Amino acid sequence: MVEPKIELRNLAKTFQLAQGQSRHVVDNVSFSAQPGEFVAVIGPSGCGKSTMFNIMAGLETPTSGEVLVDGKVVTGESEHFAYMPQKDLLFPWRTILENTALGLEVRGMKKKEARAKAADLFATFGLAGFENAHPFELSGGMRQRAALLRTVVQSRDVLLLDEPFGALDSLTRLEMQSWLQGVWSENSWTAVLITHDIREAIYLADRVIVLSARPTTVRLDIKIDLPRPREVGMITTPQFADYEKELIDTLHEESRKAMAQQMPTAV
Amino acid sequence: MVAIALPPIVIVLVVLIAWQIIATATGTKPTVLPSPLRIIQQGWIARDTIWLNTVPTLQETAIGFAVSLAVGWILAIIIDFSPLLRRALLPLLVASQTIPVIALAPLLIIWFGFGLLPKVLVIALVTFFPVAVGLIDGFNSTDREATNLLRSMGANRWKQFTYVRLPSALPAFFTALRIGITYAVTGAIFAEYVGAINGLGIYMSMMKNSFRTDLVLAAVFVTAAVSICLFLLTFVVERLIIPWHSKERRSRRG
Repeated sequence: MVEPKIELRNLAKTFQLAQGQSRHVVDNVSFSAQPGEFVAVIGPSGCGKSTMFNIMAGLETPTSGEVLVDGKVVTGESEHFAYMPQKDLLFPWRTILENTALGLEVRGMKKKEARAKAADLFATFGLAGFENAHPFELSGGMRQRAALLRTVVQSRDVLLLDEPFGALDSLTRLEMQSWLQGVWSENSWTAVLITHDIREAIYLADRVIVLSARPTTVRLDIKIDLPRPREVGMITTPQFADYEKELIDTLHEESRKAMAQQMPTAV
Repeated sequence: MVAIALPPIVIVLVVLIAWQIIATATGTKPTVLPSPLRIIQQGWIARDTIWLNTVPTLQETAIGFAVSLAVGWILAIIIDFSPLLRRALLPLLVASQTIPVIALAPLLIIWFGFGLLPKVLVIALVTFFPVAVGLIDGFNSTDREATNLLRSMGANRWKQFTYVRLPSALPAFFTALRIGITYAVTGAIFAEYVGAINGLGIYMSMMKNSFRTDLVLAAVFVTAAVSICLFLLTFVVERLIIPWHSKERRSRRG
């Protein structure tokens, strides 16, 4: 067995609230991803996915547990992960090229070098000719691709994608998923994707992890055995439908628990 | 541009014409209410003197506002970086605005004489507040997630500031700048009115004392024109420094 690229070991997080109260958000989450593996994480809303992500990205410290990359503990360090938030967060004062080179510049790479490195990826990301455009001139899908380029170009060990297509309309989202799937097949990125979209998870990922309602634990961890490259038409195959059913059943159960937590009298 | 400028110009013209008619029809003495035509005529005759008094007012405004901008920026940046100093300084900033400048200005003359310094102090006191508050709010309006993105890239507090907080604050800064610059001109006039060697403020005061209401009003018109010019100038500077802002705003409307 290959050593996992990234591993989460018994990650837990409790937030201290006012007046001595505390909220137990993440409870003992463990999973790993092999090099080049695409792992999708789904869970009921408000289950602590984002907290888990922030811990991985080094933005928050866990109460206990650790994050490992290539077998080394890297808890609280940011340089192993490239993080793509839900919003594209392209800065209006920077051109698309300048935006995509941001991560490299922040790391201290010379502007010219950083921009040249980012420019090399523009064709792959369907952005050729838009180097000097400003974010407001781009469509939603293009903006999201630019945000992904900004993430990928940092050449970190692991990509953390937090609902990257959540804000797009369904047709654009489908285009983006199909495009990402294609780009994925040609590269060996290791990635963890947070999503609400079960089909997106199955279609894109090698493995899908279902988180439980708060406090979050890993409820289900299934391997998606669909051949790559994947076609959009695959969504209608029986095999795909089986995965979808299994995930919906588990998620539905967890969502009801989450609902019960939020409004105890309703359920 | 014409479409923007035309409606206010029409209103001003209508008011001036009405004023002219009332002033001539009622036969009011020019020392009480001079007609607009008289103001223009007498102002034109006195143009050299008015100009000689406009230049020092402009200089005071420029120096005073420059001091105000420097103070405003320094305070806003200090407050943005230090939560402790934020708690210490913010109440003092607000308190500084409760000082009645009208009472303080004559004292400044007593302490610092008729020169430039008391004018600069009055202008800075009146205008640093909108600048500082505009900037502080601007820094705070930065998207939290944008800060997180920068942090995930490994940016320290200083880089977070230069890469995202500072540019995010610039649109708010220019709004504050526009408020500040109009206050700066009136601040200068006010400081001169209390006591000065030359300048539009002291000119108005002297003309009032010699019952030249027409020349007082001529100087008022010049003051208004200067303020409007400076106000418009901020838009030019804004276009130059943050061209992306107006482009983005227009695209969102369209």
